[in-house]
Amino acid sequence: MSPTEPQPSDVTVPDEPLLTVTGLRKSFGHHVVLKSIDLEVRRGEVVTLIGPSGSGKTTVLRCLNGLEVPDAGVAEFAGELTVDFATPVAKKQVLALRDRSAMVFQHYNLFPHKTVLENVIEGPVQVQKRPKADAIQEARDLLARVGLTGKENSYPFELSGGQQQRVGIVRALALRPQLLLFDEPTSALDPELVGEVLAVIKELADEGWTMVVVTHELAFARQVADEVIFMDGGVVVERGHPDTVLRDPREERTRQFVDRLLNPF
Amino acid sequence: MSINWELVWSSLGPLLTGAIFGTIPLALASFSLGLLLALVVALMRLSRNRLVSAVARTYISVIRGTPLLVQLFVIFYGLPSVGITISPWPSAIIAFSLNVGGYAAEVIRAAILSVPKGQWEAGHTIGMSRRQTLVRIILPQAARVSVPPLSNTFISLVKDTSLASLILVTELFRVAQQVAAFSQEFMLLYLEAAVIYWVICLVLASGQSALEKRLDRYVAH
Repeated sequence: MSPTEPQPSDVTVPDEPLLTVTGLRKSFGHHVVLKSIDLEVRRGEVVTLIGPSGSGKTTVLRCLNGLEVPDAGVAEFAGELTVDFATPVAKKQVLALRDRSAMVFQHYNLFPHKTVLENVIEGPVQVQKRPKADAIQEARDLLARVGLTGKENSYPFELSGGQQQRVGIVRALALRPQLLLFDEPTSALDPELVGEVLAVIKELADEGWTMVVVTHELAFARQVADEVIFMDGGVVVERGHPDTVLRDPREERTRQFVDRLLNPF
Repeated sequence: MSINWELVWSSLGPLLTGAIFGTIPLALASFSLGLLLALVVALMRLSRNRLVSAVARTYISVIRGTPLLVQLFVIFYGLPSVGITISPWPSAIIAFSLNVGGYAAEVIRAAILSVPKGQWEAGHTIGMSRRQTLVRIILPQAARVSVPPLSNTFISLVKDTSLASLILVTELFRVAQQVAAFSQEFMLLYLEAAVIYWVICLVLASGQSALEKRLDRYVAH
């Protein structure tokens, strides 16, 4: 790997916690979405959040990326950044938290008026002020790795959903984040396109990237995740190794949810 | 009714001069200034600050709720009585810019709101500030949406500039009035003026299509 490529989180210290969140709480008006969530993500670890819609799993991700400001809770990042969301300064610190992670959206949210290459270099060049030539070279390398060589000058509308989502992933990687956040990255895709996107995410996991993935793909979670967290009604119902949570859950609610996903009829 | 072709021909020069040195620059200057104003007003209107938003709303309401001719007269004939005298050309440009500013502000506001919320979020997640996201992500997409309605505003403006004849600006319609009064050929001169307005608007409409085509290059058809 060339030195210009983004380095996945340091795999030599896999046990060190990268992100620790405690007591995360968020309401929209009178509706309490997150009641009190604790979360620990170690370097190089893949954590998947599963649960019925409305369980709050997407809100957790959005809080980690500063798209929502939680009402309470503390986030500690790699021992160097601590954000107490209950304090008034949290709003500014949330931006620091955002700098350390990158988000991949369910609906890709690519910039439709920019080409694939422009989408990818926008953050590195405009925000991180890296030299444009370097950013372009890195973008080309990353696009090649996800099989999108030759699409640099295409506009998003010219790509399939799977290709668009792979661009979305590359756009996140190009920011050289320490933590990747995936918000149901395959939920908007046609079934035959899901595999190509999951394959890319799995490859990144194998390379040692640290990631939090909200997903309904249980087979993917079982294969890739180090920890599965089942959420319902704004609380963590059960967490643990995928083999336990997905095959032999302790909680009845988890069992029902997993059964329903595996046997929809 | 026989047509006095000789008069058509001899009046064409002065009428075109009125269009080229009056109507067209008046419309261009007013539209440019008006658009700038409209962008500011649209952003004020979208502001979370209630006072700022209320100022913008009031401005839009006054502009849209009063006749353009009255606005023109207030500036040119009204203001001198409070000690502010502005000559015909600047008066016309001020009135037309303020007018465009009010109408186009609503167009721009709607266009900004039409860009999906996910685009703001995508800008934020790659680390952009609100302003950066607005300028680099949102406005280019809003521009595409606002071309057809803004073209309408522009075309209306070109025709509305004829009102400037009433505050002594020498533009196409004022020249037509003068030649008509002199030759007593009212029907002929006013129809000739109408045709010239129409031709200008045809050119603008084709410019609109070209611009739309250009901005549509990144949209599925």
